[in-house]
Amino acid sequence: MKRIEAISIAAGAAQEQNALLISNIGYPSRELYSVCDRPENFYMLGSMGMASSIGLGLALARPERKVIVLDGDGSVLMNLGTLATIALHGPKNYLLVILDNCSYGSTGSQPTCTCYCTDLAAIARGAGVRKVEEANDPEPLAQALKGQGVVVAKVEAGNAPVPIIDLGPKEIIRRFIRSVQPAEPS
Amino acid sequence: MSPSLAIYRGLKHAGIDFAASVPCINLQQLLILVSDDPDIIHLPVTREEEGVGLCAGAWMGGRSPALLMQNSGLGNCINALASLDLLYGIPLLMIISHRGVKGEPIAGQVPMGRLTVPLLQTLEIPYQSPASGKGEEAVVASWEEAQEKRCPAAVLLDLEYWRQA
Repeated sequence: MKRIEAISIAAGAAQEQNALLISNIGYPSRELYSVCDRPENFYMLGSMGMASSIGLGLALARPERKVIVLDGDGSVLMNLGTLATIALHGPKNYLLVILDNCSYGSTGSQPTCTCYCTDLAAIARGAGVRKVEEANDPEPLAQALKGQGVVVAKVEAGNAPVPIIDLGPKEIIRRFIRSVQPAEPS
Repeated sequence: MSPSLAIYRGLKHAGIDFAASVPCINLQQLLILVSDDPDIIHLPVTREEEGVGLCAGAWMGGRSPALLMQNSGLGNCINALASLDLLYGIPLLMIISHRGVKGEPIAGQVPMGRLTVPLLQTLEIPYQSPASGKGEEAVVASWEEAQEKRCPAAVLLDLEYWRQA
């Protein structure tokens, strides 16, 4: 499965569930923007490693709303402590999807440790996360997106030829907050 | 009033209802007060940068967040403070135990103790270092400034502050 295909499936699931989507820095955000732009997408432009944490804070603040995080293997490895925090505090409306392409895809596809020996699903279980799924094909991924906890999806390395996101940070957050808190001023 | 209670009252007065923390010995009483408060969602985190991410998400979800940490943790947060909070304009109240300054007995605290204010100045993050009896007002004013400027703001609580019981 190509990553853009997995992202497209996740975007469809988010639309169906009226979910908020936090998308990791670099090509994953660009691919999401190109396949399905919605105000409910928060595109990260910096702070590598923070996607899972941003999504967790959001899910705790809005328990009535499903929050899906699209993260990568390199980014999760940069913030592994997040898995322990998710294990202890992750609410029912929170789902972390780790798109594991075994590489730093936005910087020249240098291999990460998942390319050789590291098993992120096992780390998530070891951190204490109760619901951990492995979904390496479109069907199981679509199913897993209905759930909570952590999903690890192996995807092919490489980026789709998509353009840069032509929204600035202030515009991304303005429309995102409006979609999160529709009745309240942003 | 105890130094910890003054900060807690400041948090309540400011309307803080979400907190992430990494402990410091000087924050232990405050962390108990925050944990025991049913109106504050409190997450102890594994690293301060994780707390910056959590607080950013909570703020986008409508909460008023604070990050409680030692100044050593400020160094762990720099990229997220810059390329998340400052980039998008996300307010954050940082309650920082400022170690490594006058009266510090542990040598390892001194490098970050000296660097704390210069780092905040470089990031253009506003900060206050309240003296005796001024903790509550400093917390309230810092959160107001963070919201007004849509940026992080820090309250630095040095060793002298905590001695004033």
